[in-house]
Amino acid sequence: MTDKSITRKPIFWVPLALFFGLCVLLAIGLTLNPREIPSPLIGKTAPAFELPILSDPEQQFSTLDSLGKPWILNVWASWCVACRYEHPILNEFAQNNDTFIVGLNYKDPPANGQAWLDQFGDPYTLSVIDFDGRVGIDWGVYGVPETFVMDASGIIRYKHIGPITVASLQNEIVPLLRELSSEPKTQIREPEF
Amino acid sequence: MRRAVKIILIGFSVTLLIIAQNSHAAEIEIREFPNNRVSADYQQLINELRCLVCQNQNLAASDADLASDLRDETYNMLISGKTVAEVKEFMVARYGEFVLYKPPFSPATWIIWIGPFVLLAFGLFIAVRITRNSANTSIPAPSAADEKRVNKLLDN
Repeated sequence: MTDKSITRKPIFWVPLALFFGLCVLLAIGLTLNPREIPSPLIGKTAPAFELPILSDPEQQFSTLDSLGKPWILNVWASWCVACRYEHPILNEFAQNNDTFIVGLNYKDPPANGQAWLDQFGDPYTLSVIDFDGRVGIDWGVYGVPETFVMDASGIIRYKHIGPITVASLQNEIVPLLRELSSEPKTQIREPEF
Repeated sequence: MRRAVKIILIGFSVTLLIIAQNSHAAEIEIREFPNNRVSADYQQLINELRCLVCQNQNLAASDADLASDLRDETYNMLISGKTVAEVKEFMVARYGEFVLYKPPFSPATWIIWIGPFVLLAFGLFIAVRITRNSANTSIPAPSAADEKRVNKLLDN
């Protein structure tokens, strides 16, 4: 058997084809961010909660209060370094938009959270205290900051993991909010599974 | 000389102490279970659920704050009478199938479960073919001209 007859056999090319297939798969893998785990909550009703309000802990905020209009939940904490990075962006967004933004002060002593807002500015319509992180578990929070966008019927439509960037705000969150506010408000969407 | 040895010995034992303390940085959680079954379920769950913060550790091994919260959650659910399947369902509903170190057998994971066996079968098939082929091919006898050349070369 000479070399030529081997190369004519299709099986000779199989390892090379497998190698290139593997290269393509690995190349795709390199472009993915392993920290971004797709949330199973998207398309489902936002987990309900009732928590004390940070600025006035005597009062409770319930998710039912925000029903009827699109709203944003931003998970933050005074110990979270990445939150400092996104905070000015949120401040600017809040100045130019009247979107209802709830801050979930996650696993943070309330005094620290309030001091943090006093120091860096408060973009939130209101913040709630999730001191033990129990509500964070219901929302599948695993890395602060996280940002969720809900539509008028309380369905989670978008989740951003990690600090919000100007690009993610302009390209994803703002267009989504525009689309959501034009949706009829009485429309009740069935959770998509 | 004696003093130097003493100082070295003290330094050595202090270093050992520091190392020993650091290796026990993870707090040991003491949990009480009503029976061995619940205890076994708990061990199974914290070993099979993944910590989402340090992604290559399970809940049992992880020192992350969230892992400790999820261990508490697992414990409380089991104590309140929930089954292993119910706890897994609870975690998957919140964090996705990524939390399961042992993914379920579903169309999306078929390739993970069956893939290695398919590759093994393929490899065996190739190996058998190659060995058979090489056994079957007999080496052709050298032609008269070749034999002449060989003899000439050997004579030199």
